[in-house]
Amino acid sequence: MTALQVAAQIRSGERTSVEVTQESLDAIAGRDDDLGAFLLVTDEHALSAAAAVDASIAAGDAVGPLAGVPIAIKDNMCTRGIPTTCASRILEGWTPPYDATVVQRLAAAGLVLVGKTNMDEFAMGSSTENSAYQVTRNPHDATRVPGGSSGGSAAAVASGMVPLALGSDTGGSIRQPAALCGVVGVKPTYGAVSRFGLVAYASSLDQIGPFAADVADAAALLEAIAGHDPADSTSIPAPFPAVSAHLGDGVDGLRIGLPVEFLGEGIAPDVRRRVEAAAEALSAAGAKVAETSVPAVAQALSAYYIVAPAEASSNLSRFDGVRFGLRVEAATTPEMYDLTRTQGFGHEVKNRIMLGTYALSAGYYDAYYGTAQKVRTLLLRDLAAAYSEFDVLMTPTSPTTAFRIGEMVDDPLTMYLQDVCTIPTNLAGHPAMSVPFGVGDDGLPVGVQVLAPALGEVDMFRVAAVLEAATKSEPTIGTEGAA
Amino acid sequence: MTAEIAPSVGGTGEVFVTNRPQQPQNPAVPDGWEIIIGLEVHAELATHTKLFSGSLNEFGGEPNTNIDPVTLGLPGALPVLNRQAVELAIRTGLALNCTVQRSVFARKNYFYPDMPKGFQISQYDLPINSDGWLELPAGQDGTATKIGIERAHLEEDTGKSSHMGGASGRIHDAAYSLIDFNRCGVPLLEIVSRPDLRTADEAKAYVAELRSVLMAVGASDGKLEEGSMRVDCNVSVRRIGEGLGTRCEIKNVNSLRSLGRAVDYEARRQVDMITAGEPVRQETRHWNDDSGRTSTLRTKEEATDYRYFPEPDLVVVDPSAEWIESVRQALPVLPRERRSRLVEQTGVEVSSAAIIVERGLDDLVVAAVAAGGDGPRSATHAEHNLGEDAATALAPDAFAALTRMEVDGALTATQAKTVLAALVERGAGADPAAIASELGFEAMDTGELESLVDGIIAANPDDWAKYCAGENKVMGFFVGQAMKATQGKADGKAVTAILQVRRG
Repeated sequence: MTALQVAAQIRSGERTSVEVTQESLDAIAGRDDDLGAFLLVTDEHALSAAAAVDASIAAGDAVGPLAGVPIAIKDNMCTRGIPTTCASRILEGWTPPYDATVVQRLAAAGLVLVGKTNMDEFAMGSSTENSAYQVTRNPHDATRVPGGSSGGSAAAVASGMVPLALGSDTGGSIRQPAALCGVVGVKPTYGAVSRFGLVAYASSLDQIGPFAADVADAAALLEAIAGHDPADSTSIPAPFPAVSAHLGDGVDGLRIGLPVEFLGEGIAPDVRRRVEAAAEALSAAGAKVAETSVPAVAQALSAYYIVAPAEASSNLSRFDGVRFGLRVEAATTPEMYDLTRTQGFGHEVKNRIMLGTYALSAGYYDAYYGTAQKVRTLLLRDLAAAYSEFDVLMTPTSPTTAFRIGEMVDDPLTMYLQDVCTIPTNLAGHPAMSVPFGVGDDGLPVGVQVLAPALGEVDMFRVAAVLEAATKSEPTIGTEGAA
Repeated sequence: MTAEIAPSVGGTGEVFVTNRPQQPQNPAVPDGWEIIIGLEVHAELATHTKLFSGSLNEFGGEPNTNIDPVTLGLPGALPVLNRQAVELAIRTGLALNCTVQRSVFARKNYFYPDMPKGFQISQYDLPINSDGWLELPAGQDGTATKIGIERAHLEEDTGKSSHMGGASGRIHDAAYSLIDFNRCGVPLLEIVSRPDLRTADEAKAYVAELRSVLMAVGASDGKLEEGSMRVDCNVSVRRIGEGLGTRCEIKNVNSLRSLGRAVDYEARRQVDMITAGEPVRQETRHWNDDSGRTSTLRTKEEATDYRYFPEPDLVVVDPSAEWIESVRQALPVLPRERRSRLVEQTGVEVSSAAIIVERGLDDLVVAAVAAGGDGPRSATHAEHNLGEDAATALAPDAFAALTRMEVDGALTATQAKTVLAALVERGAGADPAAIASELGFEAMDTGELESLVDGIIAANPDDWAKYCAGENKVMGFFVGQAMKATQGKADGKAVTAILQVRRG
């Protein structure tokens, strides 16, 4: 049953939010010891929030389309009175005194927060193995990673413990785990969803977005959290497009481009075949599908690994042991900084702080950060050229299906390649989403990525809806249920 | 010799070269040397709230009361730019003849406990104001000097650390430190001059004039002692005619007097080093007001690499031409124009005009003159006998009437001063003639005064003999006696005239 259907039952009085929430909490209790998706389960908070929604509905109040539905959020969004760790030791024990804008909007929409999910520390990673606290397992195969960095949220939805979750996506951190776990994951247009209260990794790339088991649920959740927020200066000062209203519009006449850069080397053949199958399904539905080229994507990965660490090196400076989180006492303030940060940050976080510090340092700024920003400009130009011929683009989400836990831990460069298909979108500030489209040779889910220009979410979701319908009508490629 | 300075382009598009007249040798340095000074002034902007958050911008108050997640740099908090701060920055920029331009905030990265984010949000390569000038009040020779302004950019202030448990109050020997974040995030305008200043007096005049401008446009309260205006001072020396020397930046200059002392000390130190064959090192130095010396704070090698990059959490600030124009229209008359108006309308000395404008009494004087008052008398009272409160307490008509009574001989200077004080005290509606008669200030008849003076001469023959012998200082004794005998009603000038006539 989808989140929208559950919400309809709650509104009709067929079930209560408390019942639904309790089922979710029971599922977490039964399943999460094995999966490790949650860092914190907020039982008491959830049940009282659910009771409040039930009371509101009983009082005849108008409520939103997802009111009463349980949701999990990635543990890098601030929750007032509820610990927020970013899966880092350095924030152990910290409780924010304020709610992120998205958390306020979830509450206003009647969604019930049941817990905070595991992630790569400070969202740096593609497997959720960089968490300082625990490993999260892929619900389809417990020996595999769920992807990352929002792996906890993806696994929580894929396993059915919650129908909905929020993640954050800086270089693919929603879409790649969505693909590896066989769920829908959306990275909205930069500025569509407020970042206020999202603990920053790379400010110019970060964006919060939904995970859901199906496209309509994802659209409804996105509509609940999107829209202008004066507390975020980069928030788009315009209403968010009405995505749900157009889900049934089909793709007849829509022009869909397949960038050749993502159909060759570096993409597993079984994954490529799923993209080709998706293209056929869209053609069959009336879309005009053709190959295209976005040459600048070749430099995108390199540019990302300058821009993101550079911003991160600055964003993570505030974790200094002075005002919150971990402090390792020492004789002098500089020693206290050193010890706190040495003990508080994990290996990958330190890697990226060092990379970013170097890239911004005197004498190297132009060669690194300056050049990376030029790549962003080139990429925008190439994408604009592609979008002059096509309404949306389509690529694989991830080059492979879920890999084995530990397989790439010692090989960060190969791990970085996991994001090769998703990173250009973040550099451009455009929207993209991953839609499950069957399985690979290993029987594990494959995601197809649909990309659109800024605020092109309506067309992007139309394509996603058609792809989803195609998987449902063709049992052999249907998404696997939770194992 | 006129210093060689690259031409600057003012915001008005006007190209100017600092129009310095021939300078006498600066006594602070040996013959043939000159001091090159550039100043960085940080002014706290008088906004209601902080630069990037809704917390109040207030001086004083209990520590850590004006704080919020943005001020404390809590994880997830984001800055939102204060429009009022931008407007005050534009207003100041226009008053300093700058070009107001599209600007970008940048992060200046460094660790310090009272700087909670680990970076300060400032403006780097694209400041909101660039390329202006400030004209110093004319000196003794009547020539006004224009000092170039390189830029005036917005940035956030840090919190305040108090280092406890040590003897010096500085961090080195402190047992622990306390941090107050109330000041953290307060908007600052950093105004950077070009290296156009040549003497300690010029540096002081520049800061004083800048302060007047900031106060006139309502951008800042300009209190150096409370730290709402802070001065960093770059000093180098050179043999006149040679290229620029290595400069040192001096911090902890907290008053105009300290500024002057610090410049002269530092210049002398550098001259002595160079003369002794030692190179001056580029470094930041700390001014100690008690010892009257500067000492090394950090060398260039120890300087932090700030790793500036554009602040991704803020958007470009691009004020529209309409906005800039509306700010320009609303600008008050600036001190420079007020001084020249006062000089023109009252004939007062330029140096007196500066004091009167500084005190905010120029409008009163101009209005009094318009109401028929005597220009020089009005200006003299404003300079010597009136405080800032007179701007509102004293009615221009009454002030004008008072100066006329004085000129007509109805009141002596001493009496006029007393009546003036009563006018200010009583406020609106007070009449100088009524107050004068109330106090018994009737002008003395000339004949009456003459016989009085003759009586004093007769009673003090020895003193009179000295006066006649050319001991002019004895005149003060006779004037004093006349004043005493008349309870101050006698006109000192008239007494002097009688004495001179009697001596022949």
